Amino acid sequence: MIRAIVRFLDQRTGTAPFLRRTLRYLFPDHWSFLLGEVSLYAFVVLVGTGIYLTLFYEDSTAKVVYHGSYAPLQGREMTHAYRSVLDLSTNVKAGLLIRQTHHWAANVFIAAVVLHLLRIFFTGAYRKPRELTYWIGLTMLVVSLLEGYLGYSLADDLLSGMGLAIGNAVALSIPFIGGNLAALIWDGPFPGGPAFFPRMYIVHVFLIPALLATLLAVHLALVALKHHTQFRQSPRETERKLVGVPTFPGQAPRSLGLFAAVVAVLFLLGGLVQINPIWLWGPYHTYSATNGAQPDWYLGWLIGALRIMPGFDVVIGDYTVVPNPFWGGALLPLVFFGFLYLWPWLERRLTGDYAYHNLLDRPRDAPMRTAIGYAIAIEIFLVFLAGSADRADVLFGLPYVPQIWAYRVLVIAGPFLAGAIAYRVCVELQRGERVEHERKAAEHAAGAARSRA
Amino acid sequence: MSKARDFLVAAATLLLGRGRKRRLRPGERERIVVVPTPKEPDAELLAIGLLFAASLCGLAFVVIYVLDRLPAHTQLLGLALGLAFVFLAAALVVTAKRLVPNEELEEDYPEHEHPDEQERIAQVVDESGLTRRRLFVLALGAAGGSIGLALLTPVASLGPAIHLARFYLTPWRRGTRLVDDEGKPYRADDIEEGTFYTAFAEGADKEAMASSLVVVRLPERELDLPPENAGYDAKGIVAFSKICTHAGCAVALYRKPMFAPTDPKPALICPCHYSTFEPQTGGKVIFGPAGRKLPMLPLSIDGKGFLRARGNFDSPVGPSWWGVRTRKPTT
Repeated sequence: MIRAIVRFLDQRTGTAPFLRRTLRYLFPDHWSFLLGEVSLYAFVVLVGTGIYLTLFYEDSTAKVVYHGSYAPLQGREMTHAYRSVLDLSTNVKAGLLIRQTHHWAANVFIAAVVLHLLRIFFTGAYRKPRELTYWIGLTMLVVSLLEGYLGYSLADDLLSGMGLAIGNAVALSIPFIGGNLAALIWDGPFPGGPAFFPRMYIVHVFLIPALLATLLAVHLALVALKHHTQFRQSPRETERKLVGVPTFPGQAPRSLGLFAAVVAVLFLLGGLVQINPIWLWGPYHTYSATNGAQPDWYLGWLIGALRIMPGFDVVIGDYTVVPNPFWGGALLPLVFFGFLYLWPWLERRLTGDYAYHNLLDRPRDAPMRTAIGYAIAIEIFLVFLAGSADRADVLFGLPYVPQIWAYRVLVIAGPFLAGAIAYRVCVELQRGERVEHERKAAEHAAGAARSRA
Repeated sequence: MSKARDFLVAAATLLLGRGRKRRLRPGERERIVVVPTPKEPDAELLAIGLLFAASLCGLAFVVIYVLDRLPAHTQLLGLALGLAFVFLAAALVVTAKRLVPNEELEEDYPEHEHPDEQERIAQVVDESGLTRRRLFVLALGAAGGSIGLALLTPVASLGPAIHLARFYLTPWRRGTRLVDDEGKPYRADDIEEGTFYTAFAEGADKEAMASSLVVVRLPERELDLPPENAGYDAKGIVAFSKICTHAGCAVALYRKPMFAPTDPKPALICPCHYSTFEPQTGGKVIFGPAGRKLPMLPLSIDGKGFLRARGNFDSPVGPSWWGVRTRKPTT
């Protein structure tokens, strides 16, 4: 049976040698190598659940008066878009399960991508010859942030409308082109023309997913072409020699097991843990807003940055040159991602290391990289925390204004302190290893001398 | 009867033997690729049991789907489907750890580069002669560039990008009445101290950014309006655009001191980034990221006691953009 299928394929495609190599392709073994796979599998769930959602969603912002089955919103004016998501959540069998699973999958997807990026950064996996893989991965992260934002904006509930208003303000704030750019995207002043939601919709369900799938394919092809990096876990692993488990029969059941586990977690979350209950937020109107509003976690750093920025626009005469949201909403992500894109090149310039690398560093092996990466990660984390200051006010009674002042100081001092500590820890860990190594060597020599005596 | 049995036996033997024969091609020695591991009947039984549990959960999902009168329908559906995948994952982990051979193999990394091939490619391009015709390359670039520009031009139709004058337009005119959510005009007497009211321009689209107002009444002696906003209030009633000048959210919180004099003064707050505006000084920013004041609308009270606009906003409504004139009144 197997032979018949393989023969059929080989005779018609000539791919038997390729298939055989694929089956025996080697995967080095380390838990952190699974983070990328987790994001891949979350993406599969996103596509599957997303297709289902498109069969119910309406992208129209025309107004309608609600007379559906959810009593608290009876008689309220809302858009077709919001009503379609409401109906999907309240009337369609399994609709809420699929919608919540989709939303959870988005959160897990981006979390896995971010952890994957941290792993890649701190082990130096992006170094030559894998810079292209790294840049494509980064691009996927940037695009995914936008994709997630568009996804929860489509529901047109109160929170998504507030998010869009902020997005519009950030677009407006870009120097030189902001006003025109926002008018182009929104088809006029906020909340935009009737074309705006259909635009978001097609971008969310087609353009970006197609782009992500393409980038994903190239990303994986590049990984396979240059093979995986590996840690030096034994003397067998070298720059020239790869040690690992073959795709089949070793890796396939592991990876499929991981796939099933990711799907399991996402469906359990989607079924048991409520996420974005849009019927509680109500429909969006430009003149409504709610306190304690938070975006999905992966945009928390942007809201934090917008909030801790001191209040000023750059103005010449009475012409505004740089509106305030630019700093936190546009410049911060630009600098952050710009740094990440440039980092492989920067590091080569700093260290003069132009060599090929198949073996990974442990974070301690490259103290300067670890210190810089840690400082930046802490900076983003502090800004992210600042975004939750209002929740801390409500939950723990910490007054909001002093918190914001504390964060303004912390985001300036924190990274330097964190970087210095990380550098010191790396150096000490290396020293400890050296001492341990010398002690072992001395003990060995002493033992040998004793046995001779 | 026995003939039929002989025939069956012969057919079975042939059928079974057929596959085996084909494996050994003439001149080819049978050779093991995957090194087998000892059989583990317990593990196999465990994996089968887990797969069976996965099937049960999968079927349970279908049953729950059909029985839609169950309480907590979404939760049960998620539990059934989630557990089906939990068992599947467990079965696959058992398979990976104990049923299939655990090989750890070595392999060379691919070559770093292929200098000969690189050279060959460069040579082919060089020998085509195209790259040496400078003018041709230049013309090709120009054609590509201008066709690219032409193809991008229709993007400009996406929105009214050139005419930003629209951003200054508001539905407010001298004499426009302030109405509530349901279109009922506000009387000055409706506005009480200690809370805020959302008002709209009568007859206007409520969703338009410049339509909505936040209206509060302050004791007249507490008013401290700057000279340019002198007389904007109507007997202590002041009105501001409800859209925050920072990021365009609605200014939906009103902080009113309840335990004077220890508490801060009254303030209008946007819940998105907590920009805080002071109504008694004409909407000045006193905390948060907003870069300019809340636009103020001058009010009057007509003969019947209705609140009316006495003109337009003193400054542009909504978040700032490049080139917005901060002191230009709206139109």
